[in-house]
Amino acid sequence: MIKAQNLVKWFGPKLAVDGVSFEVKRGEVLGFLGPNGAGKSTTMRMITGFLPPSGGTVTIDGHDIMDDGIAARAAVGYLPENAPAYPEMTVQGFLKFVAELHGLRGKARQEAVDKVIDTCFLEPVRHQTIETLSKGYRHRTCFAQSILADPPVLVLDEPTDGLDPNQKHEVRNLIKRMGESKAIIISTHILEEVDAVCSRVIIIDRGKLVFNGRPSELKNRSRQAGSVVVRVRDREAQEVTALVAKLDEVDTCFVMEQDAASALLQVVPKRDAEDKPRPLAASLAATLQKEGVAFDELHTQPGRLDDVFRTITVSETSKEGQAL
Amino acid sequence: MSALSNIWVIAKRELGSYFASPVAYVFMVIFLLLTGFFTFMMGNFFARGEASMASFFLWHPWLYLFLVPAVGMRLWSEERRSGSLELLLTMPISGWQAIVGKFLAAWAFLALAMALTFPMIITVAFLGDPDGGVIAAGYVGSFLLAGTYLAVTSMTSSMTRNQVVSFITSVVVCLFLVLCGWPPVTAMLVNWAPAWLVDGVANFSVMPHYDGLQRGVVDLRDMAYFASVMVFSLFTTGVILRCHRVG
Repeated sequence: MIKAQNLVKWFGPKLAVDGVSFEVKRGEVLGFLGPNGAGKSTTMRMITGFLPPSGGTVTIDGHDIMDDGIAARAAVGYLPENAPAYPEMTVQGFLKFVAELHGLRGKARQEAVDKVIDTCFLEPVRHQTIETLSKGYRHRTCFAQSILADPPVLVLDEPTDGLDPNQKHEVRNLIKRMGESKAIIISTHILEEVDAVCSRVIIIDRGKLVFNGRPSELKNRSRQAGSVVVRVRDREAQEVTALVAKLDEVDTCFVMEQDAASALLQVVPKRDAEDKPRPLAASLAATLQKEGVAFDELHTQPGRLDDVFRTITVSETSKEGQAL
Repeated sequence: MSALSNIWVIAKRELGSYFASPVAYVFMVIFLLLTGFFTFMMGNFFARGEASMASFFLWHPWLYLFLVPAVGMRLWSEERRSGSLELLLTMPISGWQAIVGKFLAAWAFLALAMALTFPMIITVAFLGDPDGGVIAAGYVGSFLLAGTYLAVTSMTSSMTRNQVVSFITSVVVCLFLVLCGWPPVTAMLVNWAPAWLVDGVANFSVMPHYDGLQRGVVDLRDMAYFASVMVFSLFTTGVILRCHRVG
């Protein structure tokens, strides 16, 4: 549905986006990650046709965003950063206006407006002017206009910005539900959101694409991914560490905390040929049992996204620094 | 067909936004007070002893010089400042439809203000036997003049996100359009510039075209002048809006 090829954007002498390519299919929710100023919003503005790219192409559902702009834009619902709207209009008036620009008239228009007012919980403020709304309502009004015409493609720049935890939860569920039948791009810097809604992740840093894959692949990159934490009782920590280190799968093992009665150990597995952590929990538990070591807690740690995010973006940044 | 309906949708929203704030009413009251003041006090309406609206239309180029930029200054600068431009230009409509729609809305607003000067016509008709054709031509001229200033304001408004800058720039450009045929201005050029340049600059002036219509002469060349300034300014608005995005 969305195909971006080799996108480049210059702002005067400054290169904001440098050769970004990716594709989003129907049924996918793509998470767009990156530090502030990495080029996320600029890329989204090129995808929606607001900024003409300095190089490269974007096609939406087979329509080029520059050459066949109207057909391409008709297929895209867009929530810009900061959720702009016309402050002097009422919520209902604004949504009607957007519906009319999408060619909806009469009954179809009223139905579309009523439906999004319902899905986005805007009923209490339907007749209020947008300038009098709280940030959360304003944001949801702009979100409502993006899904109003039920477009097959959604581009949402920070869709949960400024919402309270309940509203965030609602919006994420909504995105997840719509993601089954649409192609969606969301940008965010909340990593738990990626976990909650995205089926694929792209990270850009300084205008360059540095990661494109599934959230689980991203997590596997974390040094913590697949490591097992175990709490052993009534044994010397050093003794157990030596025992565990003999296992084939184990890379390192260290003591996290220790008191008179118990010790908490973290066991990091070796990685296989594809750089995935080898499964460890079962063999570790078997060994401990065989040796008669009592333990009352044992679990495998998932990788942590913020950990990976930091490694990927920071290391790319410092590489850049060295090159200069 | 769909182009017309898109323009209509844009224009309807824009016109609605004028009346959503007190600006529209304040503007209309000021406009009517000022036209009255200029016509009767400065134009010596009664002392002229003739049943015509000449003293009414006489002041319009000067009055519009400030009032029209005040109406049009927010057209694009406000969209740019608030970010709604991003929303508008990613809708499935083309840029020129948005430009024309917004321009027509502001022009319709000015036309409405002008229509509210109808008591003038009644006054003149009551006092004597005016020439209806001249009055109609006068209104057409005044309407076209307002549209020309407004198109210029649309252009200056697309250059900046600051309404004040937009206002001042358009006043200056419109002032140039008023004064460029005036002898002191042409005299400034005549000593050093070639004759074609002096004539060229002088021909830019709105005044001869406006005066023609005030005498009741509807000349196709005057119409062409107003239309071409408007088309040029609106086209430039589109170019400027695009340039900002190209970066």
